[in-house]
Amino acid sequence: MTHPTSTASTSTYAPGLGRSPGAAPESPVPKIRPSALHRLRAWFSAFVFTVPALVLFGLLVLVPMGYAFYISFFNWGGFDTPTDSVGFDNYTRLFDDPVFLGDLWRGFLLIAFSIVLQLPFALAMAVLLNQRLRGRAVYRMLFFAPYILSEVITGVLFSMIFAPDEGLADRVLDAVGLAGLGGDWFAGQDTVLPTLFLVMTWKYFGFHMMLYLAGLQGIPAELHEAARIDGASTWQRFRHITLPLLAPTLRISVFLAVIGAIQLFDLVWVITAGGPDHASETMVISLFQYGFKRYQMGYASAISVAMFLISLVFALAYQRFVLRRDTEGAITTMRGNR
Amino acid sequence: MRALGNTSLSRRGFLAASAATGLGAAALSACGSSGGGNSSGKTEIEWWNITTTQPAKKLWAQRAKEFEAAHPDVKIKIVTLENEAYKSKMTAQTASGKLPDIFHTWGGGVLQQQIDAGLVEDLSGKISSWTKDYLPASVAPFRLDDKMYAVPFDVGMVGFWYNKALFKQAGIDTPPTTWSGYLDAVKALKDEGITPIALAGKEKWPGMYYWAYLSMRVAGLDAMQKAADDADFTGEDFVKAGAHLEELVALKPFQKGFLGAAYSTPTGEAAAMGNGKAAMELMGQWAPVVQEDAGKGLGKDLGFFSFPEVEGGKGALTEVFGGSNGHAVRKGAPDAAVEFLKFFAEQEFAEKLVKETGLVPVSKAAQGALTDPNLIAVSDALSKSTGFQLYLDQAYAPAVGQEINDSVAALIAGSKSPEQVTRSVTQVAKSEG
Repeated sequence: MTHPTSTASTSTYAPGLGRSPGAAPESPVPKIRPSALHRLRAWFSAFVFTVPALVLFGLLVLVPMGYAFYISFFNWGGFDTPTDSVGFDNYTRLFDDPVFLGDLWRGFLLIAFSIVLQLPFALAMAVLLNQRLRGRAVYRMLFFAPYILSEVITGVLFSMIFAPDEGLADRVLDAVGLAGLGGDWFAGQDTVLPTLFLVMTWKYFGFHMMLYLAGLQGIPAELHEAARIDGASTWQRFRHITLPLLAPTLRISVFLAVIGAIQLFDLVWVITAGGPDHASETMVISLFQYGFKRYQMGYASAISVAMFLISLVFALAYQRFVLRRDTEGAITTMRGNR
Repeated sequence: MRALGNTSLSRRGFLAASAATGLGAAALSACGSSGGGNSSGKTEIEWWNITTTQPAKKLWAQRAKEFEAAHPDVKIKIVTLENEAYKSKMTAQTASGKLPDIFHTWGGGVLQQQIDAGLVEDLSGKISSWTKDYLPASVAPFRLDDKMYAVPFDVGMVGFWYNKALFKQAGIDTPPTTWSGYLDAVKALKDEGITPIALAGKEKWPGMYYWAYLSMRVAGLDAMQKAADDADFTGEDFVKAGAHLEELVALKPFQKGFLGAAYSTPTGEAAAMGNGKAAMELMGQWAPVVQEDAGKGLGKDLGFFSFPEVEGGKGALTEVFGGSNGHAVRKGAPDAAVEFLKFFAEQEFAEKLVKETGLVPVSKAAQGALTDPNLIAVSDALSKSTGFQLYLDQAYAPAVGQEINDSVAALIAGSKSPEQVTRSVTQVAKSEG
């Protein structure tokens, strides 16, 4: 599920890889002065070292990607050679397909929910668990535990919890006299997405909380101390010290949340399979449905290319405009945020 | 030895599969089935089935062991998958050109695609001597281009399974035989506060059964065949069939949360029936077994009736919608694979399966072993049937079958009209043409 991400990051680091062996020569014969021959040898050894990775990357990432791009121009059932070339039909079909357009809208909703609700919640928990608190290690572990659980187990678990009438959720609501709040959960076209988001939050907020905790550990206590002496309130210290210094972590966490939402599959597949009536379908589920249920490999590939482009454009833009500050260091960020 | 048979196709297929997964995300691990001889010189037969319920699962494993005992040089590797998982997995396997030696099949369009890809062995000559007395309905799905591609071990049909006690409580003495009578029965159950129907909305195919049967009853079998051939489902009768389904949906007959319900899970359709929480379900002959597996089971309270006739329709009550379960063999599989199927089909074992696992026998010789009155009713209906329609998601090309499932699910959820269903299905059927 992480191909587009790994594509972006690997290609970013690849040039660096090529240079580093030359920068730190470990030549057993130090007497020879740096010459063209020497540089050539450095390049050669760099080449030798990167070839296995490049070959694997090429075969397992680039070639299949290229092939998917190729078959996205065909009407192809998955057998024999694709022959029925349809030009851009599969792509124009995307814009007429209410399911795919719905996927985009639902993906947008999930991203918006994540950024507006899930991440602030994770941040609040992180700040809370960064305080001196009895048993905080236990809490940290408890909140992180859902992230370790497999998506499939989570899915099965929650489809039982939210089973209408008989599930734990409805039983508990019933017991405390709030039966009216219970409902269709995953079974209603209007309730499925919020319920799903609840499960996603349960599953993933611990991960973002851990990121923030790690970021918080890196904030020098002296800053808070100095601010406190200057009379800054808790909120002011959070707003003007914690938040700016945590910004690099926040940016990474938003990035991961967005990519995660775009590629959401297993959890939804197990719980609702995209239903009821496409109300919880994501791009990957549509792709799977068209490719492996309907054997429309060409159209499924077009969806995968569209998904790849969306992820790629987002990843590049994000790196260019948002993450670039981080590569220049956290101090410049502070200046920019002042 | 697998690589020998279908080199170019399997490589291309593999690329396709990895392309779709590689870019997208669904890391569908194309499980490499390692067939052929292993190091000890034994022939290994890989057998994929969907028999997840007991005692059938145990009996099947025993049968494999017995075969191994009789053939010391053969080893049978059993892979058991859940129904939907199996379909998905087989799709990936088919695309990669690597099928297991023996695999479960429902026949029809899916099998046809596998045959067209050159992946399935023609069994016509090899099995004709011991499948002579099989019910015509049981072999029909596997006879394609006048060749036999699979051996059935179970045959069945879809019909209403109902809870006699709940029907009685609602004052319904005899199961309805007409659609208006059926709707009245649903209303009567509803008035008693009983959930009339259990439906697995999440899985879509159980909902498709309603539309399929209504189409059979309204438009008739010939019209269905013609619609499939012409890729045109827009006929008035198909719209009418959808409208009848709308009438039913308007009564809100399904259990709470049916749109999210699966079929065989502890909170699914079969469990609702098995635990007496719904009065009926439209399901195949396997229903009683799954009801007991997922819920408590109804025992003597369980009854069966055929899908009612629609007044003024072109179809008859005796036309059945169903299919059979069979085993197909991969092209180029070791001979032991067919030998095992013969061994599996021996009358003694067939009768044992009938007695202990609730299969409906495919061979007339084994029919005497039936004791369950419900299965006898199914078997009778099959023997007396005047027409046969294979499951639509198996009979038609996968995209068409899926579109029917999807559109009918949308109709049941209230987001598509009967006209829209026929238009969507036709559109997909034409593009597949």
